[in-house]
Amino acid sequence: MKAIEYVYAARHKNRPTGMAYIRNIFTDFIELHGDRRFGDDRAIVGGIAMFCDMPVTVIAIEKGTDTKERVSRNFGSVHPEGYRKALRLMKQAEKFKRPVICFIDTAGAFCGIGAEERGQGQAIAENLGSMMELRVPIISILIGEGGSGGALALGVANSVWMLEKAVYSVISPEGCASILFKDPQKAEIAAENLKLTARDLFGLGVIERIIPEKNTESVFNIIKKQLKAELERLIAKSGDELREERYNKFRGIGC
Amino acid sequence: MFNFRKPKNELELILKQGKKNTPTIPDEMFTSCPGCSASILSEELIESLNVCLKCGHHFKISARQRLNALADAGSFDELFGDMESENLLGFPEYEKKLHNAKLATAENEAVICGTCEIGGNPTAVFIMEGDFMMGSMGTVVGEKITRLFEHALKMRLPVVGYTISGGARMQEGILSLMQMAKTSGAVMRHGNAGLLYIAVLTNPTTGGVTASFAMEGDMVIAEPGALICFAGPRVIAQTTRQKLPPGFQTAEFLLEKGFIDAIVPRKEHKNTIAKLLYMHRGASE
Ligand SMILES: [Zn+2]
Repeated sequence: MKAIEYVYAARHKNRPTGMAYIRNIFTDFIELHGDRRFGDDRAIVGGIAMFCDMPVTVIAIEKGTDTKERVSRNFGSVHPEGYRKALRLMKQAEKFKRPVICFIDTAGAFCGIGAEERGQGQAIAENLGSMMELRVPIISILIGEGGSGGALALGVANSVWMLEKAVYSVISPEGCASILFKDPQKAEIAAENLKLTARDLFGLGVIERIIPEKNTESVFNIIKKQLKAELERLIAKSGDELREERYNKFRGIGC
Repeated sequence: MFNFRKPKNELELILKQGKKNTPTIPDEMFTSCPGCSASILSEELIESLNVCLKCGHHFKISARQRLNALADAGSFDELFGDMESENLLGFPEYEKKLHNAKLATAENEAVICGTCEIGGNPTAVFIMEGDFMMGSMGTVVGEKITRLFEHALKMRLPVVGYTISGGARMQEGILSLMQMAKTSGAVMRHGNAGLLYIAVLTNPTTGGVTASFAMEGDMVIAEPGALICFAGPRVIAQTTRQKLPPGFQTAEFLLEKGFIDAIVPRKEHKNTIAKLLYMHRGASE
């Protein structure tokens, strides 16, 4: 498969979205709404659920499954209030000492007048810094598109995993092609060069695990199994150790 | 160790000389101001830190010029100045762009880091260079800024940081995106130790830099008229097909919306920053 084919697979409309993972991996999910500042961004679904007899905080970017829902979820493009809701729930998780599990699937943070007026950059920045400092385990799983800063805003985790056909990139291949190659038709070349597939990112040390995609059911089962093992490993650590591990993970990326 | 070898190429020569004779005289005698269309004597413009004397329009200014205006004479010690970017992903044309950026700016990368005194107050400082690949953040920019915050933490110094950036550097793909998390982590650690960080946002500060260390200062100051945003106005106009409100995403707009602390004209930077550093001198003890 070419890189661009992974991009199309990651965006495919029949691909399971955030809520499907919440429903199939956890039990007793109770959704908690709102950022307590401005509103409730439906592009992000968050709340508490049970996993292996343990309460966990779950946060997912949701693109929606039919046209009506996609519109109401803004196609999974998050506004600042969505990132602030996610951060509120993460701080709540820290208070009650439960792990945080994030599911990422977005073309990117929303580009719009309201989003800029309400501080999209500031909201993402605050999430990056605060996630780095969180004293409970964070696991982030890229299930579809990982669009730039809008994806990273839920991705500062102890462990970052990717589905086999998910992508994670600093810019969309189309965007990259139109800026650098002055030709959006060259997205295929851009996709190849951006190194955005799970295998590329694993090789670059950006992600810890690739979740194979045989079928939807097997994906849920593998995630369940891996989550259980990883949470056992992380729960044994102190808040300071978790922060240290997270900092060092990102500290080591680059040169 | 001493190094007596001759500069091996044109680039190295420029890099060696460029850092010493900072304010470069433009080719033209006069510069036309986009703010008031006045013709300004180029020499005068350099003297006024590239600010129009008639209307206050802030022209761009090189990182070295800023540094000279900000740091007390002879107090600046550069850190990590030798770090250079490599084409980590084998991205097409990247080496050529890096080479051209080095020629154009006489800098090794899009940020200068070091320590200095500002009005007698010791501080760590980073200043981004907008002419180096549009001030984009790749792994070296991220690493230098991270190291600077770590150094400042160790030495118990405040940090003053000037941003100008087109965002993350596409040619380094996901590795450049990760620098947002890395730098944010370093800013937090520095801040947790009770140390001060003043961010100064200049035209333009956008994308991944806005969404990380630019917005993470204890105090966030901006230059008048600076474009400060996550997504640029052109992208927003294209995506939403809406007419953008006047002054959208300028420093003045961000001040009104509550996202920056103050707008400070360039010629008052040194004085204002020195005062803030002085008021927080207890934090470094
Ligand atoms: Zn003027």
